[in-house]
Amino acid sequence: MDLSFVVVQFLTGLASASNLFLIACGLTIIFGVTRIVNFAHGSFYMLGAYMAYTLVGPLMSALGGVVGFWGAVLLAACAVGLVGVAMEVLLLRRIYRAHELFQLLATFGVVLVMQDLVVVIWGPEELLGPRAPGISGSIEIMGQRFPEYEAVMILAGPAVLGLLWLLFHRTRWGTLVRAATQDREMVGALGVNQGLLFTGVLFLGAFLAGLAGALQLPREPANPFMDFNIIAEAFVVTVIGGMGNVLGAFLAAFIIAELQAFGILIFPKITLVLIFLVMAVVLVIRPWGLLGKPEAPSGHGFATDRPLRPLSGKGQLAIALLLAGLLALPLVVDDYGLNLAIEVLVFALFAFSLNFIMGNGGMVSFGHAAYFGLGAYGAALTVKHLGAPMELAILAAPVAAAAGGLLFGWFVVRLSGVYLAMLTLAFAQIVWSIAFQWWEVTGGDNGLIGIWPSSWASGRLVYYYLTLIICGAAIAVLWRAVFAPFGYTLRAGRDSPLRTDAIGIDLRRHQWLGFAFAGTAAGIAGGVFVFSKGNVDPGVLSIPTSVDGLVMVLLGGIQTLTGPLLGGAVFPLLEAYVMPLTDYWRAILGGVIIALVLAFPTGIVGFFDNRAHVASEAREP
Amino acid sequence: MNTVLQVERLAKAFGGVKAVTDLSFGVEAGELLAIIGPNGAGKSTCFNMVGGQLTPDSGTVRLSGRDITGLPPRAIWRLGVGRTFQITATFASMTLRENVQMALISHHRRVRALWPKANGLYREEAMAVLARVGMADQAERACGVLAYGDIKRVELAVALANEPKLLLMDEPTAGMAPGERIALMGLAAEIVRERGISVLFTEHDMDVVFAHANRILVLDRGRAIASGPPSQVRADPEVRRIYLGGAAEPPEPVS
Repeated sequence: MDLSFVVVQFLTGLASASNLFLIACGLTIIFGVTRIVNFAHGSFYMLGAYMAYTLVGPLMSALGGVVGFWGAVLLAACAVGLVGVAMEVLLLRRIYRAHELFQLLATFGVVLVMQDLVVVIWGPEELLGPRAPGISGSIEIMGQRFPEYEAVMILAGPAVLGLLWLLFHRTRWGTLVRAATQDREMVGALGVNQGLLFTGVLFLGAFLAGLAGALQLPREPANPFMDFNIIAEAFVVTVIGGMGNVLGAFLAAFIIAELQAFGILIFPKITLVLIFLVMAVVLVIRPWGLLGKPEAPSGHGFATDRPLRPLSGKGQLAIALLLAGLLALPLVVDDYGLNLAIEVLVFALFAFSLNFIMGNGGMVSFGHAAYFGLGAYGAALTVKHLGAPMELAILAAPVAAAAGGLLFGWFVVRLSGVYLAMLTLAFAQIVWSIAFQWWEVTGGDNGLIGIWPSSWASGRLVYYYLTLIICGAAIAVLWRAVFAPFGYTLRAGRDSPLRTDAIGIDLRRHQWLGFAFAGTAAGIAGGVFVFSKGNVDPGVLSIPTSVDGLVMVLLGGIQTLTGPLLGGAVFPLLEAYVMPLTDYWRAILGGVIIALVLAFPTGIVGFFDNRAHVASEAREP
Repeated sequence: MNTVLQVERLAKAFGGVKAVTDLSFGVEAGELLAIIGPNGAGKSTCFNMVGGQLTPDSGTVRLSGRDITGLPPRAIWRLGVGRTFQITATFASMTLRENVQMALISHHRRVRALWPKANGLYREEAMAVLARVGMADQAERACGVLAYGDIKRVELAVALANEPKLLLMDEPTAGMAPGERIALMGLAAEIVRERGISVLFTEHDMDVVFAHANRILVLDRGRAIASGPPSQVRADPEVRRIYLGGAAEPPEPVS
């Protein structure tokens, strides 16, 4: 590697850093003021690219090349800014008081709707935009050719940083944004119109994301995968920089982009792992990011939570009936139905295990798919590489998941709140990228196939009962653990870490064990899953799988024990019956998520549970 | 008398601010020692160093002769130090009984048990402690729905659960109505006297302090400026000048 090559690679990294900064700074500004982690930020970025594609042709022919191109870029960014405003006014404004998880879920609903919307409007093909007029050539740097557009991009990041600095330090509005980032309540108490402030912030954030997307058009064709491709990186940048800190985002964007630029030369196989590894290291050393400040413990939590009650007589009867129904199910359904039932049981366990740490323990995991996937891959690899039979391989599932849970959990429990959630996401992405990139062992994108049960269990009927026994037993153990000192201690840590410490409990260690325990249970679900499907691919480890888990838990009702089970059961059914009927499954799911969050900010079972509770309170003298 | 708590030359600075400087005092067995002082005098900092929430920059904290400086709160609790907080810290989603049961489960080192039902463990002991603080009739209510004064009583019950030899109470009556304050501190004093528990507490309410403390330690800007029985502290000219704003008469109730 000669010097000139290194220099050009460095410059390429700088250009990417600019782009990454534009996206991440919008995300971080929105979080700073509204405390909402905007999953839809990647969608804004994608929308920016598509809008620019549509605008750039007509504008360039009407206004001439240079003016038309840059006019289209700015106009596209403004249009995306207005989409951000629409999201704030129509959606976010109604749920600022909801739990932060529901806010996050609502923005994820927007992601799903946008994905389908983009395909409807612009089609599924990649759309290549024109090159920027006037700067489509290249310059020579130490004998290497370097595109002029890249050189301009390098300047875009610092330019935007400078403009933001002026906006935040030289205008009244900017000062209010900074004030709200530091202490939102105080700004509200001082009589500032918060609605207007929040709307403005959403415009600014979305505008910046749209600008990044529009500027990306000459470098990369607009495509429907841009949102997911960028959002994980944008999260990483904001978290490393410190949530809410613009300068931190700038620094982190530089680090991540250069890491990618050079990482791809040195470790082409593990570039993705490298990024998330850096994030994990930063968070362990500086739990609030490079320039972030410790979050004030958020008091909202689960304010309406009530003491756990064992099942009432009616509840026990319902469980008994349900069990009887599940045992009798093969009498009434065919193999397709049994397959579906297996999936229902698997995801009920998956959701229940997630809720064990989330609802019960207060540790919100965005990456629970990692443990499900570790279980699935653990079993599949044991079959493929050791030639083990199902009986042995299915035991490898919880072992692999437990190992992952212990390893990652050790880091995770050092953090709390949003940072904890982001770190779980990072670890899940590490596992995903290993599965995706380590082709020789994991089969890469194609995954591993031919993972079938032993012959005695290969019939759907037997495998269904096997699933019922394994998942049922795991759910029963988790259920019992919730009521046992182990689960109570986790809940104590959720309610008051200070008090937990003051009654002699090593909370961090306990949370670590709890995290690994829940991961192990998810691994069991993964192990059962892989033998029911006969194959496994990196999809089981992906962000959408983790989000599916969150949807199941949150829509079922995080404050209840039965809710997540119900959510886990209903989700695969919906998927099976609604998905084949429509091309717009994602949009429908997204729309349903948004509607449910707006209608039931405590989850469905939580909602009815609260009503029942209010009714019973009212009856009391 | 034997000394339960001995603090020697304790110091803590936050950045350039010396919150506590060269502070030494002891608490004898069965004694109630009150730390008073104006806001910012270093009371809470001192408390958190004894309880383990903060690590001192220098100095030592000894419990019955054993050096506990810098130990985490959970270890200090195991050595027999109960604690209540200025802003109550209880488990809102648990019943009063379960709050006390958690402390007992931890005391018996069973927090990792996976099978027994937590709210069936140490039930009678928990009820007995709740009864002692007068909250037995509300044992099945959630802590999160209680009135503030009642939560303070629950905190006291939780702090008493493992039969501590020293109780740390940081502003036990803060945020309560005047009548409730006297009642709560009276109750606490009664319980610790019958059980021979030593108490270190801070308090803003001078009625409470002078009614129950055996000895008073006065802090100002991180330093001890006086210490002794209430009558002596009441008469101390330095205390009057700094803490009571030069009042000629013994301190009247401050509301």
